[in-house]
Amino acid sequence: MSYSDKVLDHYENPRNVGVLDKEDANVGTGMVGAPACGDVMRLQIKVGEDGLIEDARFKTYGCGSAIASSSLVTEWLKGKSLDQALEIKNTDIAEELALPPVKVHCSVLAEDAIKAAISDYQGKKSPADSASAA
Amino acid sequence: MELPIYLDYSATTPTDPRVVQAMLPWLGANFGNPASRSHSYGWEAEQAVENARAQVAALVHADPREIVWTSGATESDNLAIKGAAHFYRNRGRHLITMTTEHKAVLDTMRNLEREGFEVSYLTPEPDGLLDPDKFAQAIRPDTILASIMHVNNEIGVIQDIAALGTICRQSGVLFHVDAAQSAGKVPIDLASLPVDLMSFSAHKIYGPKGIGALYVQRKPRVRLEAQMHGGGHERGMRSGTLATHQIVGMGEAYRLAHEEMDADNDRIRALRDRMLEGLSALDETYVNGDLDRRVAHNLNISFNFVEGESLMMAMKDLAVSSGSACTSASLEPSYVLRALGRSDELAHSSIRFTLGRFSTENEVDRAVELVKQNVNKLRELSPLWEMHLDGIDLNSVQWAAH
Repeated sequence: MSYSDKVLDHYENPRNVGVLDKEDANVGTGMVGAPACGDVMRLQIKVGEDGLIEDARFKTYGCGSAIASSSLVTEWLKGKSLDQALEIKNTDIAEELALPPVKVHCSVLAEDAIKAAISDYQGKKSPADSASAA
Repeated sequence: MELPIYLDYSATTPTDPRVVQAMLPWLGANFGNPASRSHSYGWEAEQAVENARAQVAALVHADPREIVWTSGATESDNLAIKGAAHFYRNRGRHLITMTTEHKAVLDTMRNLEREGFEVSYLTPEPDGLLDPDKFAQAIRPDTILASIMHVNNEIGVIQDIAALGTICRQSGVLFHVDAAQSAGKVPIDLASLPVDLMSFSAHKIYGPKGIGALYVQRKPRVRLEAQMHGGGHERGMRSGTLATHQIVGMGEAYRLAHEEMDADNDRIRALRDRMLEGLSALDETYVNGDLDRRVAHNLNISFNFVEGESLMMAMKDLAVSSGSACTSASLEPSYVLRALGRSDELAHSSIRFTLGRFSTENEVDRAVELVKQNVNKLRELSPLWEMHLDGIDLNSVQWAAH
């Protein structure tokens, strides 16, 4: 399989690999996928007082496209409001990384990870709201 | 050192330069058709073909008259299984094979099922080996043929074909063995082995691609219905003008294997063990398949908590296979590893290293370094590895499957 230059770049130099304290009230953690399916993404965001995402970190078990998709979204998320973050669609990720059709599921997983991280953060801020939204 | 380092000898081997030299005249001045009986061009070619037939037969202790040329092991498997099933269909309609066979056998069996044959697919033990008792139990009064590979292409385990063949003989079942991965790697003595049909390839043992052979036992005589019709070449079992240069190449490759197999194996086994020792420094690595009853050149390892495709991508300086080379275009984990009962995760993270005649210590050492470096890098990226280090049992986690 051949990979686009952007996938290779993110794969070889992944951005924002790491862990944020998931007990921190300002941190939202989203973990999606399953080992049996060949990919698991954990995406974490830290939201500042101004409501903007000030940090984003990831760890991913999966193919190069899955690693690149999660690395790319950590770059995109920083500085965005939660509403703006929710506007990131898998098609944007797939287009930016020129993912072939068999790898589109990696971008879907990255979009799911954003939603899961935001939902986790919102749940910490107002548990009732997120329960009704879930 | 030539990059990428070639560690995929079970996919194919480089043609030995001595084999290439032996082939060249038969692409040049000696172009005759071995079936031409009326002039010296034909006679010379025929002699070269018969010389090669004797060389192939010698490696496996067969009579040269028991060797039928084909285009490769896939065709040999097709001819053996379909040819015998069609010829003996009035004896019964039941066939036996194993779930870890090569696709050339499995897909041929599937096709016979569509024609009305019934096939039992036996599952090996977790070490990759077939239990002869389970094999014996699968035989029915209407079983006509069993097909079991000698050496598995992915995990390199060696089946006990002497025991399995004896069971077949006792039950009057024909026994076909796919020896594509074992000829030239493991001693084969067809003079004493209870095997009726055996498939061979040239390109797995430093010969050219596009040529193979099928052993068809003469005493007692095994009959086949031809799958390729035409001029009645190869005793009517496989028509088509013989590819003299390819055949000469296969003969020379088998002659070299006959002479050099023991020395090659000793050297290659030492390299393989060196590689295993180096890679064992990594935590959470699992060798797939039995390590003792295994060919010298194969090492199939799963690196837990790392996904195989990303590992392959990380190791762009290594030419290796993830899962089965034949199916690596698909994203499914290896069906062979799953048949052994390996979890999907471990099946996903498997790499097959296969060494050969031209592998060197330097190459092995460099490969070990690259693998260690990249497995560690990917584990740093892996949430599963982190959870493992935190003592979390991944089986207890509720995954959001997608």
